[in-house]
Amino acid sequence: MKRDEWKTLGWGAGLLVVAALLPLTGDGYLISLGVTIAMYTVLATSWALFSGPTHYISLATAAFFGVGTYVTGSGIEVLPYWLLLPIAAVVGGVLAALVGLATLRLSGVYFVIFTLGLAEMTRQAVTWYQNQTGHKGTYVLTDFTDNDIYWQLLGLAALVYLVGWAIGRSRLGFALRIIGDDEDVARHVGINTALSKVALFIVSGAVAAVVGAIIAPRYVYIEPSTAFTPMLSFQVVIMALLGGTGRLWGPLVGVIPFTLLWEAISSSFPNQTTLLLGLSFLAIVYLLPGGFVGLYDRLKGRAAKRSALA
Amino acid sequence: MMGGTVISLRGATKQFGGLVAVDNVSFEVREHEVMGLIGPNGSGKSTTLNLISGALPATDGDIALKGQEITGLPARDIARKGVARTFQLVRLLPSMNVIENVMAGAVFGHRRRWGASAERHAKQVLETVGLADKAKAHTSQLTYIDTKRVELARALAGEPEVLLLDEWLAGLNPTELTEGIDLIHRLRDEGRTIILVEHVMDAIRSLCDACVVMSSGKKIAEGTTDEVLSDPEVIRAYLGDDDA
Repeated sequence: MKRDEWKTLGWGAGLLVVAALLPLTGDGYLISLGVTIAMYTVLATSWALFSGPTHYISLATAAFFGVGTYVTGSGIEVLPYWLLLPIAAVVGGVLAALVGLATLRLSGVYFVIFTLGLAEMTRQAVTWYQNQTGHKGTYVLTDFTDNDIYWQLLGLAALVYLVGWAIGRSRLGFALRIIGDDEDVARHVGINTALSKVALFIVSGAVAAVVGAIIAPRYVYIEPSTAFTPMLSFQVVIMALLGGTGRLWGPLVGVIPFTLLWEAISSSFPNQTTLLLGLSFLAIVYLLPGGFVGLYDRLKGRAAKRSALA
Repeated sequence: MMGGTVISLRGATKQFGGLVAVDNVSFEVREHEVMGLIGPNGSGKSTTLNLISGALPATDGDIALKGQEITGLPARDIARKGVARTFQLVRLLPSMNVIENVMAGAVFGHRRRWGASAERHAKQVLETVGLADKAKAHTSQLTYIDTKRVELARALAGEPEVLLLDEWLAGLNPTELTEGIDLIHRLRDEGRTIILVEHVMDAIRSLCDACVVMSSGKKIAEGTTDEVLSDPEVIRAYLGDDDA
């Protein structure tokens, strides 16, 4: 490893330790905000692992997340909790593989619509199944506090960053950047484009499902309309784009301000949340193309130019 | 110095609806040979190149690389087996710098390398095409001929068995054209096998050992460059009946 990489790793570990100390404040509101931020950080970062380089906008996050919550919801009475997380990962990964194989040959717009449809379809299927069995929802009863959930999500975040870093240095990461730039060129230099995309989509889907599995105990009672809410998919996309998908840390710097903003919006204007979500999306696309990462790179480029002239 | 057959087409045909773009075309390219694929606009040259590289599937006929059938394979498999190409309109990877563009070919092409070895190799190839000093440059800072050099370097970086150049010299100004022809001459002297689709007659005369001439999708002549260019039917195809 190069010196820069050790430095980045050091910074990352330091920030993780600081973040892990949050529950020591004992402030319930802060901790609950921390859970939300940790949850969206993992979701947006893993979303960007796939969608960042390939520019395929996936709206299937809610499908994977929802499937994960139901793995915990239906398994918690029968299996030990720690076994449920890898099961959720496998179920999410398999679902992502199926979706990927069916759709990644499609071009952009069709992929977006299909992923949105998938989340809705999964929700309807679970609702139908529950109606058949006479339940409306499922109780998830555990001893977990917000602190436990928060620490689990932090651990998962660390894992996602390590995986993302490893992918970025691998042939697979390089292949995805080439695919994102020009898929025809990618094919003609000998890249198996479909396989590369599906591989990354599986990672992203598996992570989202594990997030769902970890967060389920926080909901206590889960039903399809909350577990599979399409709002989640849109929020993840907006946060990742606000931060910028060009760097691994990009989504994080989008998640934090957006979560705080969202918190303010939903407490002050509880009936206009969707409207304001749409407006903030427009603002990001128009004012911050490339997100905070793009802004940072532009400013850095300008500073470099100025020092070159001086 | 000619070796065995590298590329052979037998009855290659491509139909787009009612239009037969490539009509029952057969020819062979031998090792170390530079073959020109020439003909008037719309005669099916580029489509033929697209059939070889797998950009388009052939409707009929067989295409083989070193005796191994490659008809119907996806472009990625054909690339891996040893066919590399440039595009008629230059296609670089816009988010990457020059050396990363070339490494794309070195990492995933016919002979695959990774890490420091891929980077070393990409640098060598950049030297071959005369871009060693621009390795870290961004693709948007390049002149037109330099973008073409990068694309050529990317194709060379995988050490292909055969290189397909689709009007690589088109659009260059007179000075650049001389440089371009010299560059391909050097590749020829290195003993590479090349198929080039080209309109620039000077280039065809000085570079090609043999030519295949196409008109309206059909092969109308084949032979050494001098023979072909003095063939009355070829002249008629290019200039029309009155001048022949």
